[in-house]
Amino acid sequence: MSDSTATRANVYDVRPASEVPAESPLAWSCHTSGRPSVSANSRVVLRERAMLGHLILRGGAIVLDEAVRGVLGFGLPARPNALSLSDDGERSIQWLSPDEWLVIVPGGEEFALEQRLREALGDAHYAIVNVGGGQTLLELEGDKARELLMKSTPYDVHPDAFPVGKGVTTVFAKSSLILRRPDEARWELVVRRSFADYLYRWLLDAGAEYAIGVEQ
Amino acid sequence: MFHIYCPYCEELREEEEFHPKGQAHIERPKDPEACSDEEWGDYLFFRDNPRGIHHELWVHAVGCRKFFNITRNTVTYDILETYKMGEQPRVTAESLASQQTQGNVQVASGGQQTVGASSAAAEAIKGEQA
Repeated sequence: MSDSTATRANVYDVRPASEVPAESPLAWSCHTSGRPSVSANSRVVLRERAMLGHLILRGGAIVLDEAVRGVLGFGLPARPNALSLSDDGERSIQWLSPDEWLVIVPGGEEFALEQRLREALGDAHYAIVNVGGGQTLLELEGDKARELLMKSTPYDVHPDAFPVGKGVTTVFAKSSLILRRPDEARWELVVRRSFADYLYRWLLDAGAEYAIGVEQ
Repeated sequence: MFHIYCPYCEELREEEEFHPKGQAHIERPKDPEACSDEEWGDYLFFRDNPRGIHHELWVHAVGCRKFFNITRNTVTYDILETYKMGEQPRVTAESLASQQTQGNVQVASGGQQTVGASSAAAEAIKGEQA
């Protein structure tokens, strides 16, 4: 890494190990106050995957793809609105716009990943921003999950229009979020911190008729 | 449901995700210091308000957040094509008018939602000229 890059970018660990307590955006709504539990009748299950590492990559696709392949072992999705996953499904990269990608990795990995990417990218024209504090990931699972989504977003979530491996930023319940489908069974919702409480309550309300349950 | 084709996302998206941002292809004067007040005022404040074909700047606000251009008929509200920033429109008032005089009305190929719409657009133009 050149000195100029190092001094221009403000690189620091936003979640230092343990001394500073950190909470997910749903700390109160989902984890402290009451939540519907999963029962035998639950056709939809909601769970939060809190405190993951979220990074936004911006720059040219070719340069970023090379660096990401070297560091993470898999490349950027080649098409718009696509999602690429590592073999174990723990790490993902999603296309957000022609020069912007969202990387989600297990919590705690993001700072090391950011540093390794900066090293790999050197003097290239790029930006990496840790947005882990600003958003969180929700998962929907169950045979009525698609029905719940159909009530909430104008986007077509039929499997023909929304195959596995797709991810879009779209309108959802008068707000916006990133909706993605990493595998057949699950839908992932990346929600912003400021919308998290509202969307959580919306999902519980919309899922009430399917006896939605929230898994810890 | 009203869908608009985003040339960056390469698919049709709900209108709710977009915002119009006014006239497209407005060029900032190369040397603002050398502009007359009239030139600068035109650049800053004055916009076309045509009856018929209009090229507009839109943004996919809830989506890829990219700006792009739409060619739209302000009479029929047909969207004739959408194209990326820096590109030139394929459908213009002139191109539609010349198609009309040749008696060869073709469907615009740019905007997917407009199949079958441009003959109506051409009719509108024709009505205007008559």
